[in-house]
Amino acid sequence: MEAILKNKFFVIGGGIVLIISLLVLFAPLLTSYDYGAVDLPNKQLPPGAEHIMGTDLYGRDVWCRIIYGGRVSLTVALGSTAVALVVGTMLGALSGYVRGTLDFVLDRVNDVLMAFPMLLFSLVIGVVLGSSMKNMFLSIGIPIIPMFYRIARATAMSVGGRSYVLAARAMGGGRMRVILRHIIPNVLPHTLVILSSAIGGAILAEASLGFLGFGIPQPTPSWGLIANDGKTYMFSHPWTTAFAGAFIALTILGFNLLGDGLRDWLDPKIRTAAKR
Amino acid sequence: MAEPFIRIENLTKRFSISAGKRIRKTGFTAVNNVSLNIERGEVFGLVGESGCGKSTLSLLVLRLLEANGGAVYHGDTNILELPRRKMRRIRRDMQIVFQDPYDSLDPRFTLERIMNEPLQIHRWGTGAEREARIDELFAAVSLDKQQLKRYPHQLSGGQRQRLCIARSLALSPGFLVCDEAVSALDVSIQAQILNLLLDLKDEFGLTYLFISHNLAVVKFVSDRIGVMYFGKIVELADTDELFDNVLHPYTAALLSAVPDPDPFSEKKRDILPSGVPSLIDPPGGCAFHPRCKYAGERCARESPELRDAGRGHLVACHRLEC
Ligand code: SF4
Repeated sequence: MEAILKNKFFVIGGGIVLIISLLVLFAPLLTSYDYGAVDLPNKQLPPGAEHIMGTDLYGRDVWCRIIYGGRVSLTVALGSTAVALVVGTMLGALSGYVRGTLDFVLDRVNDVLMAFPMLLFSLVIGVVLGSSMKNMFLSIGIPIIPMFYRIARATAMSVGGRSYVLAARAMGGGRMRVILRHIIPNVLPHTLVILSSAIGGAILAEASLGFLGFGIPQPTPSWGLIANDGKTYMFSHPWTTAFAGAFIALTILGFNLLGDGLRDWLDPKIRTAAKR
Repeated sequence: MAEPFIRIENLTKRFSISAGKRIRKTGFTAVNNVSLNIERGEVFGLVGESGCGKSTLSLLVLRLLEANGGAVYHGDTNILELPRRKMRRIRRDMQIVFQDPYDSLDPRFTLERIMNEPLQIHRWGTGAEREARIDELFAAVSLDKQQLKRYPHQLSGGQRQRLCIARSLALSPGFLVCDEAVSALDVSIQAQILNLLLDLKDEFGLTYLFISHNLAVVKFVSDRIGVMYFGKIVELADTDELFDNVLHPYTAALLSAVPDPDPFSEKKRDILPSGVPSLIDPPGGCAFHPRCKYAGERCARESPELRDAGRGHLVACHRLEC
């Protein structure tokens, strides 16, 4: 555990993620504004004492909208990554262990999923399902399933060849038992390694969708939507979009660094190598 | 002789190597028409070089791999034909210890969970009974039950193999396959584990199929020995008979490869020409003929049958048929 605190990526990434999470969590304490309150006389103000990040084109406080918007963006990112982690790991483990026809079919479906540009795919699902929080989980989560599926499948193939799996079968352990007790627990650490980067990817996907105008409808702010609000006057009044963009970029950076740090620490090869 | 406990008849396993779905399949026969009986209470040793099919045979016998043909009788039942449920029940009586004890133990399981696994699968006893059973097994293999909360990586190689043995005995099997069970261990520990296996055999009335590439190890534990080459049994006899009266040129070559403890011994070695033949493109006739110094014209043409050369000593070689 001490070793991981020496990892710069982990510490910096973790720090960023922690700070942003705290801001978002304690949003009501950090602002006295209402994220939906329109105040047209004070629209598009630059940052100042009253509004530290200025106001948007309806006069809403940008700082307030960003920290509340983080709640939406992070929830969407966490929810969709959770969907992808669970589905991807289960299917990958099943595919890699059972092999045969099931694996052939799932792997082809996976190829098809991967052939779509992620964003386009999210858009299509989003349009088909309609926009709500739950549907965002799916429209962003489904395109990231392949990330988890591929790792889970490859790991399950190697775990499936280990003698302890053979031993469990020799004892009379059924397929489901082997998958639940041996395959998934041994596959999970490998898929968790990419969890953090996947969350970063989901934040980016949500932001892109929001910026394009798809996503959770107004007035609920999400970072992508806030950036979109400022889009029309981006050159004359860049504050709204710039601050939202900065938050998006910083958060993704945080999750990616955290992910890299975790990977260095968790990756069994690197770990055993370090032990020797 | 006692009634055969495990009877293997014409067991065959082919593996196909396919590059893509439509392309012509090539394959090789890892186990080719093998028949042998293992009697209750005996240690049957199976020896051969790596790649000769002995490990495949062990998986087939336990039906961890489906055979392409033949039968494996456990008593009167052909286990290869059993439906899944009945197969599960019979697995209690047939267990295996693998070569690499570290690979045989799930690294995320504590020793306690490892020992409980077979008992849980078969819904054996209550919690307290299981605990007592594990104590008993740990005592039998001389493991310390203080270690139950530990993980396999915290044990030494020898301890891990003791744990594997204890686990394999949890459901009181009658038949135990030891597939290279000591090959991954330090030489000093090999002897301990071999002696432990022999003690356990007497204590629990076990029957072993003991597989190894190491003739010295097989000789030490076995009552009878089968020599396997290229998916076939080429010689089979009681241990003493086999060593007193080697008939097959391959066995002779294996024997001379065992290091002689006497440095001044004049014993000549039959050095085997290197190169096990290709599995995918096997030599015709006797599979051993490209490496055999007695090979004649007939050897390249036809494959020798396994015949009784007297005193139950079976051998497959043309040289002995004249
Ligand atoms: S059959 Fe011929 S080639 Fe085969 S072992 Fe006997 S003598 Fe050698």
